[in-house]
Amino acid sequence: MSDPRIIWNVLLRRELLVSLRRRSEIANPLFFFLIVCALFPLGLGPSPALLAGMAPGILWIVALLAVLMASDGLFRSDYDDGTLEQVLLSPVPLYVTSLVKVLAHWLLSGLPLTLLSPLLAMMLQMPPQGIPALLASLALGTLVLSFIAAIGAALTVGLKRGGVLLSLLVLPLFVPALIFGSAAVQRAVLGMDSSAPLALLGAMAIMFVLVAPLAIAGALRVSHDQ
Amino acid sequence: MPPLLDIQGLSYARDHRDLARDLSFQLEAGDILRVEGPNGSGKTTLLRILAGLYTNYEGELRYRGESLRGRGRLAMRSESHFLGHQSALKLSLTPLENLNWLAALNGQSVGLDAVENALAKVGLKGYEDVPCRQLSAGQQRRVTLARLFLVSAGLWLLDEPFTALDRQAVAELEGWIGEFAASGGAVVLTTHHALGQLQGLRSLTLGGS
Repeated sequence: MSDPRIIWNVLLRRELLVSLRRRSEIANPLFFFLIVCALFPLGLGPSPALLAGMAPGILWIVALLAVLMASDGLFRSDYDDGTLEQVLLSPVPLYVTSLVKVLAHWLLSGLPLTLLSPLLAMMLQMPPQGIPALLASLALGTLVLSFIAAIGAALTVGLKRGGVLLSLLVLPLFVPALIFGSAAVQRAVLGMDSSAPLALLGAMAIMFVLVAPLAIAGALRVSHDQ
Repeated sequence: MPPLLDIQGLSYARDHRDLARDLSFQLEAGDILRVEGPNGSGKTTLLRILAGLYTNYEGELRYRGESLRGRGRLAMRSESHFLGHQSALKLSLTPLENLNWLAALNGQSVGLDAVENALAKVGLKGYEDVPCRQLSAGQQRRVTLARLFLVSAGLWLLDEPFTALDRQAVAELEGWIGEFAASGGAVVLTTHHALGQLQGLRSLTLGGS
Protein backbone atom coordinates (compact mmCIF):
# COMPACT_ATOMS: atom_id res chain seq x y z
CA MET A 1 0.00 0.00 0.00
CA SER A 2 1.48 3.37 -0.89
CA ASP A 3 1.25 6.64 1.01
CA PRO A 4 -2.30 6.97 2.43
CA ARG A 5 -2.23 10.73 1.87
CA ILE A 6 -1.74 10.29 -1.87
CA ILE A 7 -4.56 7.73 -1.97
CA TRP A 8 -6.78 10.15 -0.03
CA ASN A 9 -5.98 12.96 -2.49
CA VAL A 10 -6.71 10.82 -5.54
CA LEU A 11 -10.02 9.67 -4.06
CA LEU A 12 -11.09 13.19 -3.08
CA ARG A 13 -10.03 14.69 -6.40
CA ARG A 14 -12.07 12.14 -8.30
CA GLU A 15 -15.25 12.84 -6.31
CA LEU A 16 -14.87 16.59 -6.85
CA LEU A 17 -14.12 16.13 -10.56
CA VAL A 18 -17.14 13.90 -11.14
CA SER A 19 -19.42 16.43 -9.44
CA LEU A 20 -17.87 19.45 -11.11
CA ARG A 21 -18.44 17.95 -14.55
CA ARG A 22 -22.15 17.65 -13.82
CA ARG A 23 -22.74 21.24 -12.81
CA SER A 24 -26.52 21.03 -12.81
CA GLU A 25 -26.40 18.62 -9.87
CA ILE A 26 -24.47 21.19 -7.87
CA ALA A 27 -26.56 24.12 -9.05
CA ASN A 28 -30.04 22.60 -8.61
CA PRO A 29 -30.08 22.42 -4.78
CA LEU A 30 -28.72 25.98 -4.65
CA PHE A 31 -31.46 27.28 -6.95
CA PHE A 32 -33.99 25.35 -4.90
CA PHE A 33 -32.69 27.09 -1.75
CA LEU A 34 -32.84 30.47 -3.47
CA ILE A 35 -36.30 30.10 -5.00
CA VAL A 36 -38.07 28.55 -2.02
CA CYS A 37 -36.67 31.22 0.31
CA ALA A 38 -37.88 33.84 -2.18
CA LEU A 39 -41.39 32.35 -2.07
CA PHE A 40 -41.85 33.05 1.65
CA PRO A 41 -42.10 36.87 1.40
CA LEU A 42 -44.61 36.38 -1.40
CA GLY A 43 -46.74 34.00 0.63
CA LEU A 44 -46.45 35.63 4.05
CA GLY A 45 -46.53 39.25 2.94
CA PRO A 46 -43.62 41.68 3.05
CA SER A 47 -44.00 42.73 6.71
CA PRO A 48 -40.37 43.02 7.95
CA ALA A 49 -41.23 42.16 11.55
CA LEU A 50 -43.00 38.93 10.58
CA LEU A 51 -40.27 37.85 8.16
CA ALA A 52 -37.44 38.70 10.54
CA GLY A 53 -39.01 36.56 13.23
CA MET A 54 -39.40 33.59 10.94
CA ALA A 55 -36.18 33.95 8.93
CA PRO A 56 -33.96 31.61 11.02
CA GLY A 57 -36.52 28.83 10.85
CA ILE A 58 -37.24 29.35 7.15
CA LEU A 59 -33.56 29.37 6.20
CA TRP A 60 -32.83 26.27 8.22
CA ILE A 61 -35.79 24.24 6.97
CA VAL A 62 -35.18 25.12 3.33
CA ALA A 63 -31.45 24.38 3.68
CA LEU A 64 -32.35 21.02 5.20
CA LEU A 65 -34.61 20.17 2.26
CA ALA A 66 -31.93 21.29 -0.19
CA VAL A 67 -29.39 18.96 1.46
CA LEU A 68 -31.91 16.12 1.27
CA MET A 69 -32.48 16.85 -2.39
CA ALA A 70 -28.75 16.93 -3.14
CA SER A 71 -28.13 13.64 -1.33
CA ASP A 72 -30.67 11.49 -3.11
CA GLY A 73 -28.36 10.45 -5.92
CA LEU A 74 -25.19 10.32 -3.83
CA PHE A 75 -24.47 6.64 -4.48
CA ARG A 76 -26.93 5.96 -7.29
CA SER A 77 -24.65 6.68 -10.24
CA ASP A 78 -21.81 4.70 -8.66
CA TYR A 79 -24.22 1.83 -8.19
CA ASP A 80 -25.44 2.01 -11.79
CA ASP A 81 -22.06 2.16 -13.52
CA GLY A 82 -20.36 -0.50 -11.39
CA THR A 83 -17.83 1.76 -9.69
CA LEU A 84 -19.48 0.98 -6.36
CA GLU A 85 -18.60 -2.68 -6.94
CA GLN A 86 -14.95 -1.74 -7.26
CA VAL A 87 -15.19 0.41 -4.14
CA LEU A 88 -16.62 -2.54 -2.19
CA LEU A 89 -13.87 -4.86 -3.47
CA SER A 90 -11.09 -2.41 -2.80
CA PRO A 91 -8.50 -3.07 -0.09
CA VAL A 92 -8.95 0.59 0.88
CA PRO A 93 -11.38 0.50 3.86
CA LEU A 94 -14.96 1.34 2.91
CA TYR A 95 -14.94 3.70 5.92
CA VAL A 96 -12.36 5.87 4.16
CA THR A 97 -14.05 5.87 0.75
CA SER A 98 -17.42 6.70 2.36
CA LEU A 99 -15.88 9.52 4.40
CA VAL A 100 -14.20 11.01 1.32
CA LYS A 101 -17.39 10.74 -0.68
CA VAL A 102 -19.56 12.59 1.84
CA LEU A 103 -16.93 15.24 2.58
CA ALA A 104 -16.58 15.96 -1.14
CA HIS A 105 -20.34 16.08 -1.42
CA TRP A 106 -20.56 18.57 1.44
CA LEU A 107 -17.84 20.77 -0.09
CA LEU A 108 -20.00 21.14 -3.21
CA SER A 109 -23.46 21.27 -1.63
CA GLY A 110 -23.51 22.24 2.05
CA LEU A 111 -20.67 24.73 1.87
CA PRO A 112 -22.00 26.76 -1.12
CA LEU A 113 -25.42 26.71 0.54
CA THR A 114 -23.90 28.16 3.70
CA LEU A 115 -22.09 30.87 1.76
CA LEU A 116 -25.29 31.80 -0.07
CA SER A 117 -27.34 32.07 3.13
CA PRO A 118 -26.41 35.66 4.21
CA LEU A 119 -27.88 36.96 0.97
CA LEU A 120 -31.16 35.20 1.63
CA ALA A 121 -31.08 36.30 5.26
CA MET A 122 -31.02 39.90 4.09
CA MET A 123 -33.86 39.23 1.69
CA LEU A 124 -35.89 37.87 4.60
CA GLN A 125 -35.11 41.00 6.66
CA MET A 126 -33.11 39.11 9.25
CA PRO A 127 -31.15 41.49 11.51
CA PRO A 128 -27.45 41.39 10.54
CA GLN A 129 -26.26 40.42 14.03
CA GLY A 130 -27.64 36.94 13.34
CA ILE A 131 -25.45 36.35 10.27
CA PRO A 132 -22.29 34.98 11.95
CA ALA A 133 -24.39 32.45 13.87
CA LEU A 134 -26.28 31.60 10.67
CA LEU A 135 -23.03 30.88 8.82
CA ALA A 136 -21.57 28.83 11.67
CA SER A 137 -24.75 26.86 12.30
CA LEU A 138 -25.33 26.08 8.63
CA ALA A 139 -21.71 25.09 8.03
CA LEU A 140 -21.80 22.60 10.93
CA GLY A 141 -25.43 21.69 10.37
CA THR A 142 -25.21 20.87 6.67
CA LEU A 143 -22.21 18.67 7.47
CA VAL A 144 -24.32 16.72 9.99
CA LEU A 145 -27.26 16.59 7.57
CA SER A 146 -25.06 15.38 4.68
CA PHE A 147 -23.78 12.47 6.74
CA ILE A 148 -27.27 11.52 7.96
CA ALA A 149 -28.68 11.74 4.44
CA ALA A 150 -25.77 9.67 3.13
CA ILE A 151 -26.72 6.81 5.46
CA GLY A 152 -30.23 6.91 4.01
CA ALA A 153 -28.93 7.19 0.46
CA ALA A 154 -26.71 4.14 1.03
CA LEU A 155 -29.65 2.15 2.39
CA THR A 156 -31.91 3.02 -0.55
CA VAL A 157 -29.31 2.82 -3.33
CA GLY A 158 -30.55 -0.53 -4.62
CA LEU A 159 -34.13 0.66 -4.99
CA LYS A 160 -35.43 2.04 -8.26
CA ARG A 161 -37.33 4.92 -6.65
CA GLY A 162 -35.71 5.52 -3.32
CA GLY A 163 -36.41 9.25 -3.17
CA VAL A 164 -39.58 9.25 -1.06
CA LEU A 165 -38.34 6.47 1.18
CA LEU A 166 -35.14 8.42 1.71
CA SER A 167 -37.05 11.46 2.98
CA LEU A 168 -39.18 9.31 5.29
CA LEU A 169 -36.04 7.66 6.66
CA VAL A 170 -33.89 10.69 7.26
CA LEU A 171 -36.20 13.65 7.92
CA PRO A 172 -36.95 12.52 11.51
CA LEU A 173 -33.20 12.18 12.09
CA PHE A 174 -32.69 15.78 10.94
CA VAL A 175 -34.74 17.09 13.89
CA PRO A 176 -31.96 17.56 16.50
CA ALA A 177 -29.75 19.46 14.05
CA LEU A 178 -32.70 21.65 13.08
CA ILE A 179 -33.56 22.45 16.70
CA PHE A 180 -30.03 23.45 17.71
CA GLY A 181 -29.26 25.15 14.41
CA SER A 182 -32.28 27.42 14.26
CA ALA A 183 -32.05 28.07 18.01
CA ALA A 184 -28.48 29.32 17.56
CA VAL A 185 -29.57 31.79 14.89
CA GLN A 186 -32.66 32.91 16.83
CA ARG A 187 -30.63 33.59 19.94
CA ALA A 188 -28.09 35.60 17.95
CA VAL A 189 -30.87 37.63 16.35
CA LEU A 190 -32.22 38.47 19.80
CA GLY A 191 -28.76 39.50 20.91
CA MET A 192 -28.24 36.52 23.19
CA ASP A 193 -25.25 34.23 23.43
CA SER A 194 -25.58 31.39 20.89
CA SER A 195 -22.43 29.46 21.76
CA ALA A 196 -24.27 26.66 23.60
CA PRO A 197 -26.41 25.43 20.65
CA LEU A 198 -23.43 25.93 18.32
CA ALA A 199 -21.23 23.82 20.60
CA LEU A 200 -23.85 21.08 20.60
CA LEU A 201 -24.04 21.26 16.82
CA GLY A 202 -20.25 21.06 16.66
CA ALA A 203 -20.28 17.99 18.88
CA MET A 204 -22.86 16.40 16.61
CA ALA A 205 -20.74 17.21 13.55
CA ILE A 206 -17.68 15.55 15.09
CA MET A 207 -19.69 12.52 16.10
CA PHE A 208 -21.25 12.09 12.67
CA VAL A 209 -17.99 12.57 10.77
CA LEU A 210 -16.44 9.83 12.89
CA VAL A 211 -19.32 7.37 13.20
CA ALA A 212 -21.56 7.84 10.16
CA PRO A 213 -19.03 6.38 7.66
CA LEU A 214 -19.30 3.09 9.58
CA ALA A 215 -23.07 3.10 9.10
CA ILE A 216 -22.72 4.16 5.45
CA ALA A 217 -20.24 1.35 4.80
CA GLY A 218 -22.55 -1.19 6.44
CA ALA A 219 -25.56 0.09 4.53
CA LEU A 220 -23.71 -0.07 1.20
CA ARG A 221 -22.68 -3.67 1.86
CA VAL A 222 -26.25 -4.64 2.75
CA SER A 223 -27.69 -2.83 -0.28
CA HIS A 224 -25.24 -4.41 -2.65
CA ASP A 225 -25.25 -7.99 -1.37
CA GLN A 226 -28.24 -9.24 -3.28
CA MET B 1 1.04 -25.45 -0.28
CA PRO B 2 -2.76 -24.93 -0.41
CA PRO B 3 -4.35 -24.24 -3.81
CA LEU B 4 -5.02 -20.63 -4.85
CA LEU B 5 -8.77 -21.14 -4.74
CA ASP B 6 -10.38 -24.13 -3.08
CA ILE B 7 -14.15 -24.44 -3.47
CA GLN B 8 -15.85 -27.20 -1.47
CA GLY B 9 -19.56 -27.97 -1.55
CA LEU B 10 -20.68 -24.59 -2.86
CA SER B 11 -24.48 -24.20 -3.14
CA TYR B 12 -26.30 -21.03 -3.98
CA ALA B 13 -29.71 -19.85 -5.05
CA ARG B 14 -31.28 -16.71 -6.42
CA ASP B 15 -34.91 -15.81 -5.85
CA HIS B 16 -35.56 -19.25 -4.33
CA ARG B 17 -34.21 -21.01 -7.42
CA ASP B 18 -31.26 -23.33 -6.87
CA LEU B 19 -28.47 -22.44 -9.24
CA ALA B 20 -25.76 -24.75 -8.03
CA ARG B 21 -25.64 -27.68 -5.63
CA ASP B 22 -22.51 -29.03 -4.04
CA LEU B 23 -20.10 -27.50 -6.50
CA SER B 24 -16.44 -28.29 -5.85
CA PHE B 25 -13.36 -27.29 -7.78
CA GLN B 26 -9.85 -26.03 -7.26
CA LEU B 27 -7.82 -23.43 -9.01
CA GLU B 28 -4.04 -23.36 -9.11
CA ALA B 29 -1.66 -20.73 -10.42
CA GLY B 30 -1.55 -21.07 -14.22
CA ASP B 31 -5.13 -22.34 -14.49
CA ILE B 32 -7.78 -20.82 -16.71
CA LEU B 33 -11.28 -21.82 -15.68
CA ARG B 34 -14.06 -21.15 -18.11
CA VAL B 35 -17.54 -21.14 -16.56
CA GLU B 36 -20.11 -22.25 -19.10
CA GLY B 37 -23.86 -22.59 -19.11
CA PRO B 38 -27.01 -21.16 -20.65
CA ASN B 39 -28.34 -17.71 -19.72
CA GLY B 40 -29.55 -17.61 -16.14
CA SER B 41 -27.56 -20.64 -15.05
CA GLY B 42 -25.68 -18.67 -12.40
CA LYS B 43 -22.36 -17.89 -14.07
CA THR B 44 -22.33 -14.25 -13.03
CA THR B 45 -23.53 -15.16 -9.54
CA LEU B 46 -20.64 -17.62 -9.20
CA LEU B 47 -18.16 -14.91 -10.15
CA ARG B 48 -19.78 -12.47 -7.76
CA ILE B 49 -19.52 -15.04 -4.98
CA LEU B 50 -15.85 -15.61 -5.73
CA ALA B 51 -15.24 -11.86 -5.81
CA GLY B 52 -17.03 -11.43 -2.50
CA LEU B 53 -19.92 -9.34 -3.78
CA TYR B 54 -22.57 -11.92 -2.95
CA THR B 55 -22.40 -13.76 0.33
CA ASN B 56 -25.66 -15.67 0.38
CA TYR B 57 -24.16 -19.10 -0.28
CA GLU B 58 -23.36 -22.32 1.54
CA GLY B 59 -20.07 -24.15 1.35
CA GLU B 60 -16.43 -23.61 2.11
CA LEU B 61 -14.43 -21.22 -0.05
CA ARG B 62 -10.75 -20.80 0.62
CA TYR B 63 -8.13 -18.51 -0.88
CA ARG B 64 -4.59 -19.74 -0.25
CA GLY B 65 -6.00 -21.87 2.56
CA GLU B 66 -7.79 -19.01 4.33
CA SER B 67 -11.59 -18.84 4.40
CA LEU B 68 -13.17 -16.28 2.10
CA ARG B 69 -15.58 -15.41 4.90
CA GLY B 70 -12.62 -14.34 6.99
CA ARG B 71 -9.00 -13.46 6.44
CA GLY B 72 -8.84 -14.87 2.92
CA ARG B 73 -11.20 -12.13 1.72
CA LEU B 74 -8.77 -9.32 2.54
CA ALA B 75 -5.82 -11.10 1.00
CA MET B 76 -7.80 -11.82 -2.14
CA ARG B 77 -9.05 -8.26 -2.45
CA SER B 78 -5.59 -6.85 -2.85
CA GLU B 79 -4.38 -9.67 -5.11
CA SER B 80 -7.20 -10.00 -7.63
CA HIS B 81 -9.08 -8.09 -10.30
CA PHE B 82 -12.82 -8.37 -10.84
CA LEU B 83 -14.24 -7.15 -14.14
CA GLY B 84 -18.01 -7.18 -14.00
CA HIS B 85 -20.74 -6.58 -16.55
CA GLN B 86 -20.62 -2.87 -15.89
CA SER B 87 -17.65 -0.88 -17.04
CA ALA B 88 -16.84 0.67 -13.64
CA LEU B 89 -15.94 3.84 -15.52
CA LYS B 90 -17.21 7.34 -14.89
CA LEU B 91 -18.21 8.54 -18.33
CA SER B 92 -17.52 12.17 -17.46
CA LEU B 93 -13.90 11.40 -16.61
CA THR B 94 -11.06 10.63 -19.01
CA PRO B 95 -9.44 7.18 -19.16
CA LEU B 96 -6.45 8.66 -17.35
CA GLU B 97 -8.57 9.94 -14.45
CA ASN B 98 -10.61 6.75 -14.29
CA LEU B 99 -7.57 4.51 -14.17
CA ASN B 100 -5.77 6.72 -11.69
CA TRP B 101 -8.73 6.39 -9.35
CA LEU B 102 -9.09 2.63 -9.86
CA ALA B 103 -5.40 2.19 -9.07
CA ALA B 104 -5.81 4.26 -5.90
CA LEU B 105 -8.70 2.01 -4.94
CA ASN B 106 -6.28 -0.88 -5.20
CA GLY B 107 -4.20 0.93 -2.64
CA GLN B 108 -1.58 2.09 -5.10
CA SER B 109 -0.79 5.45 -6.51
CA VAL B 110 0.63 4.94 -9.96
CA GLY B 111 2.55 7.41 -12.05
CA LEU B 112 1.37 9.00 -15.25
CA ASP B 113 3.62 6.80 -17.38
CA ALA B 114 2.24 3.61 -15.82
CA VAL B 115 -1.30 4.63 -16.82
CA GLU B 116 -0.11 5.64 -20.29
CA ASN B 117 1.64 2.29 -20.72
CA ALA B 118 -1.47 0.38 -19.68
CA LEU B 119 -3.58 2.38 -22.14
CA ALA B 120 -1.03 1.86 -24.92
CA LYS B 121 -1.12 -1.89 -24.21
CA VAL B 122 -4.87 -1.99 -24.88
CA GLY B 123 -4.50 0.14 -28.01
CA LEU B 124 -5.79 3.43 -26.68
CA LYS B 125 -2.68 5.54 -27.06
CA GLY B 126 -3.77 9.10 -27.75
CA TYR B 127 -7.13 8.71 -26.00
CA GLU B 128 -5.76 9.49 -22.52
CA ASP B 129 -7.59 12.80 -22.20
CA VAL B 130 -10.79 12.11 -24.12
CA PRO B 131 -13.81 11.84 -21.80
CA CYS B 132 -15.00 8.21 -21.72
CA ARG B 133 -18.45 9.36 -22.85
CA GLN B 134 -16.97 10.08 -26.27
CA LEU B 135 -15.41 6.61 -26.61
CA SER B 136 -17.21 3.74 -28.31
CA ALA B 137 -18.51 0.77 -26.28
CA GLY B 138 -15.53 -1.32 -27.41
CA GLN B 139 -13.07 1.40 -26.47
CA GLN B 140 -14.68 1.76 -23.06
CA ARG B 141 -14.29 -1.99 -22.62
CA ARG B 142 -10.60 -1.59 -23.48
CA VAL B 143 -10.20 1.08 -20.81
CA THR B 144 -11.70 -1.38 -18.33
CA LEU B 145 -9.25 -4.03 -19.50
CA ALA B 146 -6.33 -1.63 -19.04
CA ARG B 147 -6.90 -2.05 -15.30
CA LEU B 148 -5.50 -5.56 -15.56
CA PHE B 149 -2.12 -4.18 -16.56
CA LEU B 150 -2.09 -1.18 -14.25
CA VAL B 151 -1.93 -2.99 -10.94
CA SER B 152 -0.48 -6.48 -10.97
CA ALA B 153 -2.58 -9.26 -9.47
CA GLY B 154 -2.47 -13.04 -9.19
CA LEU B 155 -6.10 -13.76 -10.03
CA TRP B 156 -8.43 -12.35 -12.68
CA LEU B 157 -12.18 -12.80 -12.37
CA LEU B 158 -13.63 -11.80 -15.74
CA ASP B 159 -17.37 -11.71 -16.37
CA GLU B 160 -18.04 -11.72 -20.13
CA PRO B 161 -14.79 -9.89 -20.93
CA PHE B 162 -15.25 -10.25 -24.70
CA THR B 163 -18.46 -8.21 -24.87
CA ALA B 164 -18.32 -5.33 -27.39
CA LEU B 165 -14.75 -6.08 -28.47
CA ASP B 166 -13.84 -6.27 -32.15
CA ARG B 167 -12.23 -9.38 -33.63
CA GLN B 168 -8.69 -8.10 -33.22
CA ALA B 169 -9.27 -7.12 -29.58
CA VAL B 170 -10.79 -10.53 -28.88
CA ALA B 171 -7.66 -12.21 -30.20
CA GLU B 172 -5.47 -9.82 -28.18
CA LEU B 173 -7.41 -10.47 -24.97
CA GLU B 174 -7.13 -14.23 -25.52
CA GLY B 175 -3.40 -13.71 -25.90
CA TRP B 176 -3.19 -11.67 -22.69
CA ILE B 177 -5.12 -14.30 -20.77
CA GLY B 178 -2.76 -16.96 -22.10
CA GLU B 179 0.33 -14.92 -21.21
CA PHE B 180 -1.02 -14.15 -17.77
CA ALA B 181 -1.69 -17.83 -17.04
CA ALA B 182 1.72 -18.80 -18.44
CA SER B 183 3.38 -16.34 -16.08
CA GLY B 184 1.67 -17.93 -13.07
CA GLY B 185 -1.64 -16.10 -12.90
CA ALA B 186 -5.03 -17.74 -12.54
CA VAL B 187 -8.16 -16.75 -14.44
CA VAL B 188 -11.85 -17.49 -13.96
CA LEU B 189 -13.99 -16.23 -16.81
CA THR B 190 -17.49 -16.56 -18.20
CA THR B 191 -18.02 -16.27 -21.92
CA HIS B 192 -20.17 -17.56 -24.75
CA HIS B 193 -17.32 -16.89 -27.09
CA ALA B 194 -15.41 -19.91 -28.43
CA LEU B 195 -11.94 -19.67 -26.92
CA GLY B 196 -8.91 -20.73 -28.94
CA GLN B 197 -6.23 -23.05 -27.72
CA LEU B 198 -5.07 -21.87 -24.33
CA GLN B 199 -2.64 -23.65 -22.06
CA GLY B 200 -4.26 -24.78 -18.81
CA LEU B 201 -7.83 -24.16 -19.98
CA ARG B 202 -10.54 -26.06 -18.12
CA SER B 203 -14.30 -25.81 -18.23
CA LEU B 204 -16.98 -25.83 -15.59
CA THR B 205 -20.53 -26.28 -16.82
CA LEU B 206 -23.42 -24.93 -14.79
CA GLY B 207 -27.11 -25.72 -15.11
CA GLY B 208 -26.40 -28.88 -17.08
CA SER B 209 -29.20 -31.12 -15.89
